[in-house]
Amino acid sequence: MTDTATLTSQQIIRKKAAGEPVNADDAPMVHRHVITVLLENSIGALNRVTNMFSARGFNLESVSVGETDRDRVSRLTLVTTGNDRIIAQVLQQLNNLVDTLVVDDVTNQEYVERELCLIKVSYEAETRPALMDIVEIFRGNVINITPETMTFEVTGPTSKINAFIGMIKPHGINELARSGRVAMRRHLAFEA
Amino acid sequence: MTTATHFPLNAGGDGAAPGHDPTPVSGAEILIRSLEAEGVEYVFGHPGGAVIKIYDEMHRIQPSWEHILVRHEQGGTHAAEGYAKATGKVGTVLVTSGPGATNCVTGIADAFMDSVPIVVFTGQVPTALIGNDAFQECDTIGVTRSITKHSFLVRDVADLASTVRAAYHIARTGRPGPVVVDLPKDVLLATAPFHYPDEVALPGYSYVGKGNREQIERAAEMIMASEKPLLYVGGGTINSGATKELTALARKTGIPVTTTLHGLGAFPETDPLSVGMLGMHGTWYANQAVQNSDLLIAVGARFDDRVTGKLDAWAPQAKIIHIDIDPACISKNVPVDCPILGDVRLVLEELEPLLSAKDTSAWLARIDGWREDCPMDFVPDGKLRPQQIIQALREKTGGDAVVVTDVGQNQMWAAQFFSYARTRSHITSGGLGTMGFSLPAAMGAAFGMRGQDVPVISINGDGGFLMNSQELGVCAAHGLPLKIVILNNSFLGMVRQWQELFHDERYSHTDLTTTNPDFVALAKAYRCEGLRCDKPEDVQATIDKAWEINDRPVLMEFQVITEEMVFPMVPAGAATDDMITQRFDPELSA
Ligand SMILES: Cc1cc2nc3c(=O)[nH]c(=O)nc-3n(C[C@H](O)[C@H](O)[C@H](O)COP(=O)(O)OP(=O)(O)OC[C@H]3O[C@@H](n4cnc5c(N)ncnc54)[C@H](O)[C@@H]3O)c2cc1C
Ligand SMILES: Cc1ncc(C[n+]2csc(CCOP(=O)(O)OP(=O)(O)O)c2C)c(N)n1
Ligand SMILES: [Mg+2]
Repeated sequence: MTDTATLTSQQIIRKKAAGEPVNADDAPMVHRHVITVLLENSIGALNRVTNMFSARGFNLESVSVGETDRDRVSRLTLVTTGNDRIIAQVLQQLNNLVDTLVVDDVTNQEYVERELCLIKVSYEAETRPALMDIVEIFRGNVINITPETMTFEVTGPTSKINAFIGMIKPHGINELARSGRVAMRRHLAFEA
Repeated sequence: MTTATHFPLNAGGDGAAPGHDPTPVSGAEILIRSLEAEGVEYVFGHPGGAVIKIYDEMHRIQPSWEHILVRHEQGGTHAAEGYAKATGKVGTVLVTSGPGATNCVTGIADAFMDSVPIVVFTGQVPTALIGNDAFQECDTIGVTRSITKHSFLVRDVADLASTVRAAYHIARTGRPGPVVVDLPKDVLLATAPFHYPDEVALPGYSYVGKGNREQIERAAEMIMASEKPLLYVGGGTINSGATKELTALARKTGIPVTTTLHGLGAFPETDPLSVGMLGMHGTWYANQAVQNSDLLIAVGARFDDRVTGKLDAWAPQAKIIHIDIDPACISKNVPVDCPILGDVRLVLEELEPLLSAKDTSAWLARIDGWREDCPMDFVPDGKLRPQQIIQALREKTGGDAVVVTDVGQNQMWAAQFFSYARTRSHITSGGLGTMGFSLPAAMGAAFGMRGQDVPVISINGDGGFLMNSQELGVCAAHGLPLKIVILNNSFLGMVRQWQELFHDERYSHTDLTTTNPDFVALAKAYRCEGLRCDKPEDVQATIDKAWEINDRPVLMEFQVITEEMVFPMVPAGAATDDMITQRFDPELSA
């Protein structure tokens, strides 16, 4: 609809700043961001975080929550998508919540992330070696086995989990559970 | 960023209670004393089972603050808003659980949208029953989650006083907003020593004060380099108490000023630099100034879509400086070139010395040209037109009044034709646009202004007035000298206007003729004075008469013509350049 010919220079600057396409056929500049949050564990705090995403129409791909070493403080890893302006909004709105202690967008930082995946498959004598090979390659474990089914556990970055699921899929997945990502900034030895 | 851990109590007043008492008292008493310590003047409330203990203790203690029994909890929340907006202090509401709390939802949402500091105390079923669908249970925290700045459920009486303290602190600081405190009945019955803390421990809460020096310097350079600058002033300027600083800056530099609906009064509209309100129903010349400006200086304004219209086409030449206290407000709708995060007053104080007089005469002359092309006026043709009434009220008061409007056409005429000259002289529901706001909000403002010789004028449509007319009884009981105006056009006028302009005059369900009451009789039924006027020549006499009565509210019903429309107008979603300036725009009839 719009293109550079009809826009004033100021409008072009604004669009670029917003991470919006300037020409109609420009690719939308949507990125995936991993945000970690330290949250004071008061009544309804977690709800306030997730509710903020839906109330403001932000995407929330995954959330993982767990305790930390600190009493009444939990740690969230959120995965969201949006253009730069949306992401900036997400961060500001998270910061505005009274219960959030630290909000950190680790996406462009050195960080480590892991996801846990549990996957249950049916097997037969002839498919079993192939399945075991896959699990071996992904450094997974068999955590439950019956004469018909096996349950595997794999941890790793999300890309590895996706690849693992991709490999298992042809064998038929009975049940799948993913934890969502947990992430943390990496501390390089020479920094410390 | 200041992490506010210490904040002095604003407990003034004679009745302020001591902050400590080692003898255990009930949670209800702790609440009452906490409000005293907080310096609360009025509590707008309505009792019920879950909060009966508070009312009982109130009866016994006779607190330093005054409880105003409202007749509907929504009225209570708007009254608290009106009080807050008129005085700059935090408004307080107290209601029971379940329906008492849900009746507050509209008022809380309204306060959230318009950044009004109120604290709403809601009763709750006993902690042990929460989640059991107990009698009059409602998940108040859940229901109000997305319309509050923050909320608390108090589970332990030992936390009650510090929670009250935190609630007021959050409501009033930073970008103000509503805070809900949910009080289970057992917490109100349990006992603990009363201790009102001086300190607020909120590790996750902070707000900004002074702006970044480098950004302020950059802004100063941009301002000095600009040729067609325009100050775009919003409600944050009034909240910050920065009228003086803003006026000084504008006059020093010769930069014209437009305000939002909520910015009305932040800069005197009588000043030659004022171009009035911008946006959907703003002046033609303010909107033209925006479209041609090369630098917009947004001061505590939030780029609402009623201001910008179609975003892509808004202010296409302008660089933008944005001063705002809420980081999430910066670049939310429009990316800005120079954001300054901070309190308006503190930022302007630092910015002003960096600026010097500018020659804006050519720019001002262009704006005056637009002003002459399309001034803000109406046709005085012998029919009773609403604009005439607003102008007459302006003349009667010389602008020394607090005008509280409802929503719809009446709201827009009150914005366009009063010419506001004082800060906090205009109160309205802008963000949520809540019909039924004016009467209770005016009531709250009148309580806040008690003892001051400034009339509070409530301006209403015939539709919205009925949405909270029950508060007439409360206004009468307290002898509030409210001047209540109803611009009775027998229609849901603003909706009618859209139907006329954009829906081929299909007036679907907007005619109120058959359901409207006799407004004068209604006023009298509540022991208010009631006056009726249906001729232009009687307007003055009606107003004069109303101004003679000062021991009770006076309701003036003006039977204005139905057909009048609010112009100019940017149709919803249209570009500001496509503003309709008068009724028979050739473009429209083509
Ligand atoms: C029928 C109808 C028609 C309307 N037509 C118009 C119209 O034509 N024109 C118009 O302008 N509006 C109109 N409105 C109102 C509109 O919907 C918005 O409510 C209004 O424009 C918002 O005003 P504001 O930008 O001043 O922001 P506010 O809602 O007043 O927000 C204040 C801003 O200031 C910031 N702030 C608060 N305190 C401080 C501080 N101390 N320091 C720094 N920043 C601070 C806040 O973070 C926020 O960004 C209309 C409403 C209705 C119902
Ligand atoms: C509670 C509520 N319901 C509906 C609306 C939609 N609405 C906006 S203006 C308006 C008409 C108001 O009519 P009236 O009070 O008579 O005022 P007028 O426009 O005629 O001055 C309506 C229905 C609203 N803003 N608030
Ligand atoms: Mg009407």
